[in-house]
Amino acid sequence: MVKQKTSAQTRIRAVTDHAVTGLAIAATVLVIAPLVAIFVYLILRGASSLNLDFFTKIPKPVGEKGGGMANAIVGSGILLAVASAIGVPIGIGGGIFLAEFGRGTRLANSIRFTADVLNGVPSIVMGVAAYALIVSPHISFLPMLGHFSALSGGVALGIMMIPTVCRTTEEMLLMVPHAIREAALGLGVPNWRSVLSITVKTASPGIITGCMLAFARVAGETAPLIFTALGNSFWSTSLNEPIAALPLQIYVYAISPYDEWHRLAWAGALVLIVLIVLAVSLVRYVTSRGVLKGAS
Amino acid sequence: MSETRIVPPQPKAGSLSSENERVVASPANVSAVRRYLSERGNSAAADRWFHYLMLLCALSIFGIVALIATELVIGSELSWHRLGFHFFFSSYLDPYTSMRLFWDPVNEHFSALPFVYGTLVSSFLALLIAVPLAVGVAVFLTEMCPGALRAPLAFMTELLAAIPSIIYGLWAVFVLVPLLRDYVNPLLIRAFGWTGLFESDNPTGLGFVAAAVILAIMILPIISSLTREVMMAVPHSQREAVLALGATRWEMIRMGVLRNARIGIVGAIILGLGRALGETMAVTMVIGNTPEIHRSLLSNGASMAAVIANEYAEATTDLHRSALTEIGLALFVVTILVNALARLLVWAVTRGAPQRAH
Amino acid sequence: MGVGIEVTNLNAWYGSNHTLQDINLHIPANHATALIGPSGCGKSTFVRCLNRMHETNPIARVTGSVRIGDLDIYEDAKPVEIRRRVGMVFQRPNPFPTMSIYDNVASGLKLNGFRNRRVLDEIVEKSLKNSALWDEVKDDLKKKSGASLSGGQQQRLCIARALAVDPEVLLMDEPASALDPVSTSKIEDLIFQLKSQYTIVIVTHNMQQAARVAEKTGFFLNGRMVEFDSTHKIFTNPSDKRTEDYITGRFG
Repeated sequence: MVKQKTSAQTRIRAVTDHAVTGLAIAATVLVIAPLVAIFVYLILRGASSLNLDFFTKIPKPVGEKGGGMANAIVGSGILLAVASAIGVPIGIGGGIFLAEFGRGTRLANSIRFTADVLNGVPSIVMGVAAYALIVSPHISFLPMLGHFSALSGGVALGIMMIPTVCRTTEEMLLMVPHAIREAALGLGVPNWRSVLSITVKTASPGIITGCMLAFARVAGETAPLIFTALGNSFWSTSLNEPIAALPLQIYVYAISPYDEWHRLAWAGALVLIVLIVLAVSLVRYVTSRGVLKGAS
Repeated sequence: MSETRIVPPQPKAGSLSSENERVVASPANVSAVRRYLSERGNSAAADRWFHYLMLLCALSIFGIVALIATELVIGSELSWHRLGFHFFFSSYLDPYTSMRLFWDPVNEHFSALPFVYGTLVSSFLALLIAVPLAVGVAVFLTEMCPGALRAPLAFMTELLAAIPSIIYGLWAVFVLVPLLRDYVNPLLIRAFGWTGLFESDNPTGLGFVAAAVILAIMILPIISSLTREVMMAVPHSQREAVLALGATRWEMIRMGVLRNARIGIVGAIILGLGRALGETMAVTMVIGNTPEIHRSLLSNGASMAAVIANEYAEATTDLHRSALTEIGLALFVVTILVNALARLLVWAVTRGAPQRAH
Repeated sequence: MGVGIEVTNLNAWYGSNHTLQDINLHIPANHATALIGPSGCGKSTFVRCLNRMHETNPIARVTGSVRIGDLDIYEDAKPVEIRRRVGMVFQRPNPFPTMSIYDNVASGLKLNGFRNRRVLDEIVEKSLKNSALWDEVKDDLKKKSGASLSGGQQQRLCIARALAVDPEVLLMDEPASALDPVSTSKIEDLIFQLKSQYTIVIVTHNMQQAARVAEKTGFFLNGRMVEFDSTHKIFTNPSDKRTEDYITGRFG
């Protein structure tokens, strides 16, 4: 009797085990499916509308065929340059502080925590803050401020880069063996020199990768640009003027009712995603190869 | 001092050439080196400046949070003064149609209620879809997956996290929404129409369900990668202890892994919630942007982030802009709290775990 | 030329751990002095006090005085200045992984702003010869990374790096403990040759090594220096019972 009951239980347990395995596999497939679907659509619809004009021409008025997003590509480049000029140095500096000076202190722990929390603040909120700080007409004491401009969009994106760059820099610096820091100190090298020329340089492939990751993330950001950089359907390279950006242009075209514009939106999305996939793969490659150049 | 150093130590391997002797026997360089270094000073000032500069960079993170908070508070002052706490609860009746209205910039009626409602409904619906899938993927990747598949699958979920919101939105508008409209929504209506949650008065396919599905796809990678992290932090001995009792694999996962990692998994879910609450572009493109509250999940709605994205650039009156800023402030406070809570929970679990990076 | 070291009432703490207690010691110039003792006895902490490396750990603390030549290193100078005059070789070889062999040797000067290319070339060559590495690496000085060398070569590279700044004292913290026997004997030969020009302090847990390279030997136990005398005396006729127990292998 007892034996029979046990074997029935065992069977139930075995069936449950198989069922759960099946469910887990199903979940994985369900998660991968949209990824595959998104890429298939991007390639199918994007590649068919991608041509030389896309990279060399500016948008045509509604109803006319052709045109491209050259101004948006250049605009995105300018915005990202401004963002990197703000986000990369400050972020790396913060990371250096966390890893080299503040290790284990309460100050460093709270900065680290704040950086993680800041990373989760929605980009639209960053946009509102950047608007209030730079675009809002109340503070037009500088000629470049007080209206929509490329500068304000770049600042919003740059601020968003800081926590990401800071945290990855810290993590990469922590991977540099302590022995190497000691070697530099033991030679009587000044601390600032030892940090910059030895520790940071040793971790530089990892730090560059972290910057690329932050770069890729803000390259696709749209929300903070809507009311800072605003967008522009003509050529503009001035920091003081509203400027076009690739994700912004995709948004405007995607919600428009015109097929021709939808076509361009897909092409733009394909360009954007190729850029991002390249960055992520590079990151993956560098980190899997070992973060440190020449580390044994 | 060094004048007397003439005798070079003999390297064992080869004899020294005359050229070598010339180099070694030139004490001028030697003392020059020592003199050069002793004149270099101690660079204490440079070190101190470097330290302060790096500290300043690190403190800028506090500065940013403070700056955002100040800007938002100042920007929303007008709305706070005029509307007070009612901003989040009130509604009014339209005198002509006698319908309940919330948001009418032209007549300066502002209530954030439909946006709060829309944000909460779409986010929780998204969690409902994403959590079981994310935990399933994490379980599969850590406990069941053959080694060869693990790296590419982890890479794919990572990629999913790197796709920008705008591309999810584009895909949702042109692929997901038609799919839902033509195939999924009729099924939902037929199966659950009796609950009143799914009614067929919306021909567009936009609405809460569409927003929730695209949000679920977007927050899945975050939840599953963090869940994976906390599951991997569970010590191996815990698994072996349960297996040694004769447990099946599922029982081992349930008792040995999930039970130990549950606080961290809750943290991961809350982090996903934080991301969902603030997600803007994809939601803006599919939620319908109608400031109304309906029982049906298939009807159009609006969310806090979406209304800011839609109206901020075109807001003409000060009160309108101020009201939108106040919605931003609310979003800021909520996401800060949610993220802080989630980080604390994840830290509590992974802190004691051995570092895997080394 | 090297200079002598005078240690008076040196105490060191690591957190609440009193790792060195009342050390008094005279280390003679231009000789090799070995410090032996079981692990955790404080000998490594002691040498790290001689170039103020001990205090790089935030929870560490030092009292007492150390005079190197006519300089009181805890009173008269900043750590950076001390460490230029007191070179250090660590337990595990730690060449800078991003630098070539040449740059590793030149790093102490380059990172202090020394730019004269011709003088650098001479110093690199001389230092590599002094550390008996020149013949093995002279063909790819600038091509190969310091990390591409073998363990023993890396350690000799680290010695060359320390010699390039022309220090007065060379501290070696178990320099051969991570190396194979052949590399170890090369390092010992090197110490033997270098000690006529530098004051060398070598920490080792290998008693034969101490007997082979050093004129003077100090025995440390539980944070105190039990005995300090000529190497010959320590190994043949120690005056303290605990030293005798240690060198005859009764403990440690």
